[in-house]
Amino acid sequence: MTALLEVRDLVKTFGSGEAETRVLRGLNLAMQTGELAALLGPSGSGKSTILTILGTLMHPTSGSHTMLGLDLTTASDRALTEFRNLHIGFVFQFHNLLPDFTALENVCFPTAVREGRETAAARLRGEELLVRMGLSERIHFPTANLSGGQKQRVAVARALMNRPELVLADEPTGNLDRASALQVMDLIGEINREEGTTFLISTHDEKIAAQCRRQIVVGDGLVTG
Amino acid sequence: MLYALKIATRYLTASRAQTALLVFGVAIGVFIFIFMSALIGGLAEFIMMRTAGDMAHITIQAEAVDPALLNPAALGTVLLVQEPSTKATAILKDTSAFIPLIEGLPGVKGISQQINGTGFLTRGGQVTQVSINGLEPGHESVIANLASYVTEGTANLGAGGVLLGKTLVEDMDLTLGQTVRLQSSSGVVAVLTITGIYEMGSGGPDRRQAYVSLATARTLFKLPQGVTRVEIKLDDLYAADALAPQIKALTGLDAKSWTEQAAQLLDALKAQAQTGYILKAFALLTIVIGVASALLLSTYRRRPEIGIMRAMGAGRWFVMVVFVAQGALIGLMGGLFGAAAGYGVLLAFPSRDSFGPGQSGLPIDIRQGAYGLAIWLTTLGAILASILPARAAARLDPVTAIGQ
Repeated sequence: MTALLEVRDLVKTFGSGEAETRVLRGLNLAMQTGELAALLGPSGSGKSTILTILGTLMHPTSGSHTMLGLDLTTASDRALTEFRNLHIGFVFQFHNLLPDFTALENVCFPTAVREGRETAAARLRGEELLVRMGLSERIHFPTANLSGGQKQRVAVARALMNRPELVLADEPTGNLDRASALQVMDLIGEINREEGTTFLISTHDEKIAAQCRRQIVVGDGLVTG
Repeated sequence: MLYALKIATRYLTASRAQTALLVFGVAIGVFIFIFMSALIGGLAEFIMMRTAGDMAHITIQAEAVDPALLNPAALGTVLLVQEPSTKATAILKDTSAFIPLIEGLPGVKGISQQINGTGFLTRGGQVTQVSINGLEPGHESVIANLASYVTEGTANLGAGGVLLGKTLVEDMDLTLGQTVRLQSSSGVVAVLTITGIYEMGSGGPDRRQAYVSLATARTLFKLPQGVTRVEIKLDDLYAADALAPQIKALTGLDAKSWTEQAAQLLDALKAQAQTGYILKAFALLTIVIGVASALLLSTYRRRPEIGIMRAMGAGRWFVMVVFVAQGALIGLMGGLFGAAAGYGVLLAFPSRDSFGPGQSGLPIDIRQGAYGLAIWLTTLGAILASILPARAAARLDPVTAIGQ
C-alpha cells in the first residue's frame, strides 16, 4: 500500500467571535491506497466536516491537506474542482441524484462534465457500472422511479465513474433498510477488493463499520482511535 | 458547452408548465414589440406617403433674377426697396444638357420638368386665383401621383386641357368637359377644357392648383424654351440629403433636398419614432425582468442539484452556462413564437396599399415588424437577464447547497 492522503493539525472553525464553533481541533489522519475505512463518532464529532475537507469541498481553517502528493490546502477553487472530478467520488446519505435525468445519465455525469459531452465510451462505462450494481433493468429509468436502495447503488456507480482513488461516503446506508444497506456495503467491499479503490465511510452503524478493515473514531474534533 | 446545453434543455423540459408559461410571457413581449414596430413604422410610412410622398424629393429651381437697380450715383443717398417679382421669369435653359446627367444617378426614380406660375381661372363672372403647373404629358404622375387622385376624367394633359381640384370645381360650380379661361400672370389668356378632376384630400392643392400641359404653360408664361423648375423623385426619399449635393456638384445648379423645407415634419417623425423606441424598450424590459425572476426562482429550487454538480466536478463556469443557456433558449423560443404570432396577426390587417388616398384602415405595415431584430434582441435580453441568476448559482457553496 502507498500513502494516498494525509491531513495534519487540521483545524476547522465556523462562525466568529462568541458564535465561533471549533469543529476540528488539530486532527491528524493518514490513509493508504486500497483501504476500506469506517469513520465513527457521535453526532457533532466532526465526521461530515472531515469528509467535506477531504473531498475538497471546503478549505480547512488551518493545518495541511495533501493527497496523491499534492498540497490541496490552499489550492484554488478551479484546481480543486478539477482534482475532485478526477480523483474523488462521493456517496451521500440521501443519494443526491439529479432527479430529471436517467440512471445512466447520472452515472455518466462526472465524465461528461469534464469532456463536455456524453461520449460513447462514457456511456459504455456507465452501463457496465450499473450492470455491476445489479441495475441492468434500470439503466434508462428516470431516477425518480427507482427505490431508495436502487438510487443509492446508482450513486455508488456515479462515484466510481471516473475511477477515483478515493470514495467518500457519508452515511451511505443511513437511509436504507437492512437488506439494501448490506447490498450496498457488499458492492463497496467488492469494488475495494477488486479495483483497489480507497473508501472512507462515515457511519453510526457498528455493523456497517465492522465490514470495514479499519475503524477511525473521532471525538471532539480529534481522531481518538 | 454542449453538455451544459443538454442539462439546460432537460431542466426546461422537466418543468414544462413553468417553461411554457415563461415562453408565453416572452412571446407576448415580442408580439408587442413587433406590433409596435409595424404600427409605428406603418404610421411613419403613412404620414410620409400622405405628405412627402407627393413632394419632390429634390428640387432645382432657377435662381430669381434680381430687378435692376436704377441708382444714379450722383444723387447722393437713396433709399431703395427691392421686391422680388412674383412672375416666373427665372428659367432653367438647356435642360437637355443636365437632365441626362441626373437621370444617370443611382436612386433617381423620375424627373419632372415644369413651368410654374400664378394666374386667374375665370368662368362666367367667377374669378379664382390659382397656381398653374405645367407638366410634361406622360409625366403627370412622376412627383404627385395625379393619376391615383383623379376622380373624374383623366390625368393625361393634352393640349387645351386642364386638370382641376375637386374643391375648386365645386366652389366654381364646374363640371368635367366644361371650358374655362385661364389667364397667367404674364397676361396671356387660354381657353381650356376641364379634362380631369382630382381630389388629393388636402385643401390647398384641391382648391388652388391647375395642371396644364407644358406646351400650354409655355404659351401662358411666354417661355418658348427652358423650364422654371425641375423636380426629382428618388427611390428612397431619405437619400435626398446625400444626393442633392451630388446633383449640385454635377450640374452647378442649386439642388435642394425636401428636408430643407420639411424640418417640422422630420421632427414630428423623429418624435414618433422615439415614442416607438420607448414602448419597445418597455416591452423588452418586461421580458428581461420576467426571465430574470423566473430563473432566480429556478436557481433557488435547484440549489441541491447545483451543489451535487459542483461536488461531481462541475466548475462555476459550467453552472453559469447551464443557467445562461436556459435564458437563451427561453428568449429564442419566446422570440420565435412571438414573431410568428405577430406576423400571423399582422396578416389580418389591410396591406400597405391601403395607405393610398381614399382608403382607410390602420396604417400597419407588416414589412416593418422587425421580426429578426425582435428575436435577436429578445434572445440577447434573456441572456443578459439570466446572468444574475447564473452567477448566483455558480457562487453557491456546494456543501450548503447539498445540505449534507
